[in-house]
Order: sequence, then structure tokens, then C-alpha cells
Amino acid sequence: MTAPLLSVKNLTIDYIGEEKDFRAVDDVSFDVAPGEVFGLAGESGCGKSTIAFAISRLHKPPALIRRESTILLNGRNVLDLDDKGLRDFRWREVAMVFQSAMNSLNPVLRIEQQFYDVLKTHKGMSRAQARDRTAEMLKLVDIAPDRMRDYPHQFSGGMRQRIVIAICLALDPRLVVMDEPTTALDVVVQREILQRINELRRSLGFAVLFITHDLGLMVQFCDRIGIMLAGKLVEQNTAEATYGSPQHDYTKQLWASFPSLHGGVLL
Amino acid sequence: MTGQPTPILALDRVTKTFGHGPGAVHAARSISFSLHAGRALALVGESGSGKTTCARMAMREYMPTEGKILFKGEPVDRASPTETARYRRAVQMIFQDPFASLNPAHTIAYHLKRPLLLHRPDIKRAEIDATVRALLQQVKLDPDIVTPKYPHELSGGQRQRVNIARALAAKPEVIVADEPTSMLDVSVRLGVLNLLSEMKQQMKLGLLYITHDIATARYVAEDIAVMYAGQIVEWGNVGKVIDNPAHPYTKLLLSAVPDPDIRFDDPSVRLRPEDAEEIRRKSALTQDKIVEVDTDHFVRAA
Repeated sequence: MTAPLLSVKNLTIDYIGEEKDFRAVDDVSFDVAPGEVFGLAGESGCGKSTIAFAISRLHKPPALIRRESTILLNGRNVLDLDDKGLRDFRWREVAMVFQSAMNSLNPVLRIEQQFYDVLKTHKGMSRAQARDRTAEMLKLVDIAPDRMRDYPHQFSGGMRQRIVIAICLALDPRLVVMDEPTTALDVVVQREILQRINELRRSLGFAVLFITHDLGLMVQFCDRIGIMLAGKLVEQNTAEATYGSPQHDYTKQLWASFPSLHGGVLL
Repeated sequence: MTGQPTPILALDRVTKTFGHGPGAVHAARSISFSLHAGRALALVGESGSGKTTCARMAMREYMPTEGKILFKGEPVDRASPTETARYRRAVQMIFQDPFASLNPAHTIAYHLKRPLLLHRPDIKRAEIDATVRALLQQVKLDPDIVTPKYPHELSGGQRQRVNIARALAAKPEVIVADEPTSMLDVSVRLGVLNLLSEMKQQMKLGLLYITHDIATARYVAEDIAVMYAGQIVEWGNVGKVIDNPAHPYTKLLLSAVPDPDIRFDDPSVRLRPEDAEEIRRKSALTQDKIVEVDTDHFVRAA
């Protein structure tokens, strides 16, 4: 295996409470190789989103990352970055797509303006340059570039989600963190979007940290999968192995809770 | 459907239009389905396909623009106030969001006593507490622990069980469950679905199960109706429709269901967005012709 792009080591995160602390992430270590799709699966409250936030350093008090933790991106410890370093790092190196990302567009700004905000802040682009880049990015996600003059409400939910993904990719990040990117969408749109992301990561070479609770979807999309239970990473394996020969009891239980389309439950 | 007893609840060519003129939205177009005692019908479709509009018409929350709703063979629009009250008791709903559908200011006991006091004059005051306990036991919650609690002290799955108990308290004949598990964790989802199936069989309920997850539809229901853009495009026996889909939209929907045996990297299974767009465009047109594919399996065609 080549040198990992992202290397999370002994990550431990507590939510500091008045009486006692709650350990949300407990000694989690995993690597993501360049261009790889790594999945984190688990129930709500298992700490998967907390990890996603920590990687972009978006966690806020009362979340506290314990001292022994390291998050290395291209060999640099994200947890040591100062404010300026952090500004350069976010979006350029790690971009994030949130759960209800389609609602994170500003409703009173045209799509073009929302791209321009990012491109000007992070790359100092002019209006004309930003417009060219916007057209290029929209084409990537199958949206006609002439619609950049439209407002978010003029697009469907699936299209808005694709626009958010296009904005995310506009600065050529090396890693895209996707926290349940398609949960609010129906299956056909979900398939269209993830299929497109899969093609894009093959052509552009970015890695994806993909978070969801849908194991079936995860096996379709990911190269490797980590299963989380109560803050711990209990199993880490290739997608085929997670599906074909799950090791941990919890993984087996998780599979047994998905009804199969062909009757009965999976496994 | 001939040869079957009169359904408890039936929608007969029901149409619902919101607004008027060129901006009118046809949320439901010529919808017909029936609910039978001890059987579940799954209404499947994407968001915006009109599933919830159908549920609301079944709950008589919306009056249909056209068509009839029949309760035990009688049209409900001519019902007297007494009959309407009977309908309100007999048709109960379970909502999608277990966090929003219980009153945060009241205990679980209160939530279950209210329907008993309102809808069940046959139960004496002294027996109410015992009935609340029995209801909670029925949904596999421990009455000693749960009754004094407030909704925020329960998990999503527990709350959804309370919602089921609340619906059962009115001794319904039909339960309309609108995405009852879509906000629950995967590990508790099956438990709630199993509970619904059990209740359906034991109490001979007619269940209308609304979902976007076609795999759970197969798990819960005997019959299925696939909706798109306000029309039921294909319906019939759940196994027949899923194993042998005839309508292009049903095929599209089934091909997109997450299946761990299919990898996105495999070019032969690639879903072409332009094909999907074409199917959507065609399926949105009014399709009047009904074709019988098989016994108990029907499809609409242009």
C-alpha cells in the first residue's frame, strides 16, 4: 500500500459534561489511501459524525480531542495547525459534504455567487475566472452551466445536493468527507449522485470518507469499510469481506437488520 | 378485486388537486386501492410522489377533489357526525417523526389514557390504568419503567412503540403508518416492523404502510402499490411486483435499491441519468390504460 493520504491514530474524543465526560470516540485508528473510498458505518450516536468533524477541525466545545490523538493528512498533523494553516487546509485539502447539504446553500444568493465566494476567498479568483470554473464544475455534476444564474429554490433536492458537491470539488481537495450525503434523497437520485462521485474520484483522484448507516449502499460504493459501535472501531476490512465474511458479532447483527429485496434479511 | 370480502377502507378513483389554473399540482390522480382486515398494503414511491397525500385522504384530513372514499362499502362524504366519530376511532395513524408526534409536556401514561377516555367508553375508569399497562406490554415496553416517563427520556424506537400503543388504544380497524421507521436506527427498525406485522395479524388490522424503502415493503406487506407523480403505476402481490416488475419506473426504482451484490465500479450496471430522466418524463404523463400482467399484478401503460 502506498503512503496513506489520511492517517487517523488513537483518536479519542470526549464530550465534557458537568458531572462526567462522555467518550464519543474511543481510540480509533484508520488510514485512507489516495483515491480510496473508505466507509464508516454505525448507528446514530456511535461517533462517526464526530470523527468527520474532527478531521476538518470543525468540532466545538464541549467536544475535546484527547492529547494522544493524531490526524495526519499528507504527513501533517491537522490538530497542530494554527488559524492561518487551518484556513488554507480546509476546503483545499479536505472538503466536507454535510448531511442535509442541500439546505446549506444560501437561499438568497445565485449559485454563481456561492461558487465565487469560495473561489475568491481561497484562490483569489476574479469574477470571470470564477465563472469559467463554475461552468466546468457544474458540467461535472450534470447540471447545465447556464443555470448558474438561478437561485437554490429553482433546483430539485438532488440537483442542490449535486451543486454542493460541485462547490466542494471546486478547489480540487485531496479528501472529501461525506456525512450521510444522500440520506434525504430517494434511491434513484441517490444512485445517480453516488455513481457520479465514483466516476469523478476515478478521474480526479480524490479520496472519500463516506459515512452512512446503510450497509448495502456502503458495500456498493466503498473500497474499505470500518464498523463503529459506541465510539470504537470494531471491524475494519475490505467491502467484499465486510459483506461476505463479517467478523465481529455487531457487524453480523447490523447485516441481519436489513430486509432483503428478495425476501428475508441479508445474510 | 372480486371474490374478496368488502374492504374496510377503499379509495375509488380518488384525485386530489392543489391550487388551480396552470399552477395546479395534481398530487393524486385516479388513485384506487383497498385495505383488508389482516393485510398490509405498502405504498411505495419517492418523495413528492403523492404517498402522504393518499395517507391524508385516508385519514380524512384532505377531502378528495374527485372520487370516493368507502368505509366498509359506504361513501364517507355522506357520513353523519356519529359515523364520522366512528371513523375517527377506527382509522388511526402512526407518524414518521417519533420525536415530534408525542407531546413533550405530558407523560407516556397521559398519551395512552387520552385515546382510552375519548374513544373507549366501554372501559371503566377504574380499568384504565390496567389497560394502559396492557397496551405497553403489547408493544413490548415495561409499563413500570415507561408510564411515568416523558417522551424525551425515551429513545426513538421506544417512542415509536408508544405511538403504536397510542394508535392501538383506540381499538382501530385500520392503521395508516407513514414512514414509521425512516427516522429510526437500522438496528431497531426491524423490531418496530415486526411489531406492526404482529399487531396486524393478531388484531386483524388493515395496514397502510407508506415507505420509500421497497425492501421493507416486501418485509411487511402482502400487497404493494408503486406511486410516481401522483399515479399508482404498478400494483399487486408484493412478490410478483418486485420479482417481475413491468412498469419502467418500477424497474428503475428496483435497479437503484442499494444492493451489496452490485458494485458501482461494474460498468454493466451503470444507471444512465439520461435513461432515468426519460423514464421519469414518460411516467409523469397520465397513463389511463391498465394491463393485467398476471393474476393480482397490474400495471399502467400510456
